Amino acid sequence: MNGKTLVTLLAAGLTLASTTSLVSAQSRAELMAAHRGGTLKLVARAAGGTIDPHVNYTLQYWQLYQSVYDGLVAFQKGDGIDGTVLVPDLAEAIPEATNDGKTYVFKLRSGIKFSDGTDLGVDDVVASFQRIFKVSSPTSGTFYNGIVGADACIADPATCTLDGGVISDAAAGTVTINLVAPDPEFFFKIAVPHASILPAEAPTTDVGVAPIAGTGAYMFTTYNPNESLVMVRNPNFTEWSEKAQPDGFVDSIEFGFGLTDEGEVTAVQNGQADWMFDQPPTDRLAEIGTNYADQVHVNPLTAFWYAPMNVNLAPFNDVRVRQALNYAIDRDALVGIFGGQVLAQPVCQILPPGFPGHEDFCTYTTDPGTVWSAPDLEKAKALVEESGTKGQTVTVISDDTAVSREVGTYLASVLSDLGYDASVKAISANIQFTYIQNTNNNVQISVSQWYQDYPAASNFLNVLLSCASFHPGSDSSVNIAGFCDKDIDARMQAAMAQAVTDPEGANVEWAKIDRAMMDAAPMAPLFTPKHVDFLSKRVQNFTFSNQFQWVMALSWVQ
Amino acid sequence: MTDAAPASSEMPAAVPENKDGRGPWATALRRLRRSRAAIVSALILALIVLACALAPLYAGLAGSDPFRSNLGGKIMVEGKRVPVMQPSTTGLGLGVTPIGPTWGTAYMLGADTQGRDVAARLLYGGRNSLFIAASATAICLVLAAFVGIVAGFAGGVVDMVLSRILDVLWAFPVYLLAISLSIVLLNSSFTLGPVTITSGSLILPIGIIGVIYVPYVARPVRSKVLTLRQSEFVLASIGLGMPVSRILTRDILPNVIPTLIVFVPILLALSIVTESALSFLSIGVQPPDASWGTIIQDGQSLLYSRPTVALAPGIAIVLTVLALNVLGDCLRDALDPRFKLG
Repeated sequence: MNGKTLVTLLAAGLTLASTTSLVSAQSRAELMAAHRGGTLKLVARAAGGTIDPHVNYTLQYWQLYQSVYDGLVAFQKGDGIDGTVLVPDLAEAIPEATNDGKTYVFKLRSGIKFSDGTDLGVDDVVASFQRIFKVSSPTSGTFYNGIVGADACIADPATCTLDGGVISDAAAGTVTINLVAPDPEFFFKIAVPHASILPAEAPTTDVGVAPIAGTGAYMFTTYNPNESLVMVRNPNFTEWSEKAQPDGFVDSIEFGFGLTDEGEVTAVQNGQADWMFDQPPTDRLAEIGTNYADQVHVNPLTAFWYAPMNVNLAPFNDVRVRQALNYAIDRDALVGIFGGQVLAQPVCQILPPGFPGHEDFCTYTTDPGTVWSAPDLEKAKALVEESGTKGQTVTVISDDTAVSREVGTYLASVLSDLGYDASVKAISANIQFTYIQNTNNNVQISVSQWYQDYPAASNFLNVLLSCASFHPGSDSSVNIAGFCDKDIDARMQAAMAQAVTDPEGANVEWAKIDRAMMDAAPMAPLFTPKHVDFLSKRVQNFTFSNQFQWVMALSWVQ
Repeated sequence: MTDAAPASSEMPAAVPENKDGRGPWATALRRLRRSRAAIVSALILALIVLACALAPLYAGLAGSDPFRSNLGGKIMVEGKRVPVMQPSTTGLGLGVTPIGPTWGTAYMLGADTQGRDVAARLLYGGRNSLFIAASATAICLVLAAFVGIVAGFAGGVVDMVLSRILDVLWAFPVYLLAISLSIVLLNSSFTLGPVTITSGSLILPIGIIGVIYVPYVARPVRSKVLTLRQSEFVLASIGLGMPVSRILTRDILPNVIPTLIVFVPILLALSIVTESALSFLSIGVQPPDASWGTIIQDGQSLLYSRPTVALAPGIAIVLTVLALNVLGDCLRDALDPRFKLG
């Protein structure tokens, strides 16, 4: 980065900081009086699928759900790391655990209404937890399987009662949740949209395009996945916690679908749209970073791009081959593909920088230490030679988006340099993620990304590489590498148990597990990306939460 | 009757000898030589084919491997070593842009998103595009000639069955058929007896393109054969008890060949465009191989900052197809016995 760039970045940072301090200096009431109203216009290439908050598992709609639905607890609607702090939402307070960490009693706030006018009650909470299983929420078997009675619900979702697991007391206004075992991540899990509290009468099937009433500042009115999604103010909303569910500045939010990402950039440039969901295409980055610098916000993500290698298929069933690829990859080159050093950072470990349990290390570089410096092609070639796998055929499966395809092409080129007969196959982004998970497709190596659900080391290491996450023959086997090491698995279980009473100690253990994983190299971590938000001139008070990214409710357009 | 038979066996009766005593082929060649459009088109085609044939020479001179990424590479431009992938140095410093055309030996047309030399890929891609087009055209002509001649000469049930098969193929929009076949065959390896064709093989696009255009050639061939079947020299051969194989090879085929020749440039042009379309959709030539279609796809994400990447193969396709079409028109006129030289 040259001096001019640094100055521009500092200027942008100062502008942002001054805007933030402006907000804290003025009272919210004054700001509301001055800026309330208007319509926020968003654009995306395509819709994000079902509108059902218990089913949808996309960042595209999880961002919107923050202002539409509430859970018993929520991630604070704040800037940066503040956005990962848990605060009570529909519950009056975050309860202390009882019964050796297995029971939580939530006291529900009174006077909250759903957008359809009905009162929120404890029965809605019980029904919502049951509904998670009835609609077979994608995380029902991973996030909520620790609730008493969840096993029966997973086995037979239609008759789910969570008997003994979620108990209401209407007179006391409380809901008691009993867990099978203490879970240090329980509050994180119930703060994500899959645990949103919905009316008890909500259909027990995926509602698709029919909006369900929520308790947030806004409500969905119309949804046509081929056209748009419209949100307006919830007429029954009264702010109860600025941190959990702040009232919004804009009157309505219109999310249009169908533009290309090039078209999205142009729409924002022309003021026809206020924000584009998709990342700006790489050939427009220099232009918007230069001519529209004051409308661009770059923020780090707790995420990484990686290449899972199938440890059960040749040639990657040989650890030396997996290590060789890790040594051979020029991670700086991949950073360039993503948009340069301002937008990404090379990594050779699984836990992202700044994440619980993260300790800088890099084994797979010319000068092993804390950071990646350069590829070690000689060592990589020696390892491949040793493995005796040279000349084998390897196909890299990427998705057909520009960056993924380029990363796949690059990996195929590196594998060719190592002596393999390598090629890349780019398949539709709509199916690639499930395709690479299914062992029946015999995927040797692929290009994938992982973004945190919540800030806990297990959300990367345990989810991506535990034996329990590997389901041969299933489209839902997020352990794409098919890695299953009983010793490491036992250490992860121990670390999760330790986190209940000793989170700091557990994080030290997670750092060691991160290293152990990378010694086995079931994947090649590539880079950790940053997020580019490109906004129209009229959008002010942009707030980026590390958890759910842009907090739309806090921005204004007039 | 006895006079007609030898005559029909010796020369194509439907293409009569010219007044000046030249044979039909010599006349056609003379007409082509006198056509400026034909000469210019042929020169353009020859130049393109020659350039593509010399692809390894250019790559060697430029010192670039068109099939390997070169994201961290540096090249000499005007005496300075500059990176192939150039990070933005203005504003927020967002984005990395491939080097643009240097108009020198190395990276003459700039680099693509993988830091590869676009000019080298253009030439290598041209080899694949032309090879696929030529092979697909040959397959198509052989199949169409066989089906058209058999259907037209045999008539009856054979004609009905073959014509209906052609109708079925004709009923599918050509690109829909090509895309459907490509998606099915490219998803896995394809085994034909003892031969296994991998999903990245060039044989797949060649076979697919070769088959989809068969009805477009077989129908006119069949019509021609139906007419020839009733001509006096064929009837004479039949009356003399000539074997069918002899009639087909000596009487029918020579008269069908001019029709087939007229189709050659048209089919070549159609095949190039079809191959490019399939490759652009990622269902034709598979990486790391290149074709003009795949290079256009590579350039799609650089249209704004480096349009040369997509424009160069686009221009190559337009030039080649235009030249083929003009040459095709000239060839048709040259082989038309009713055509009068100006």
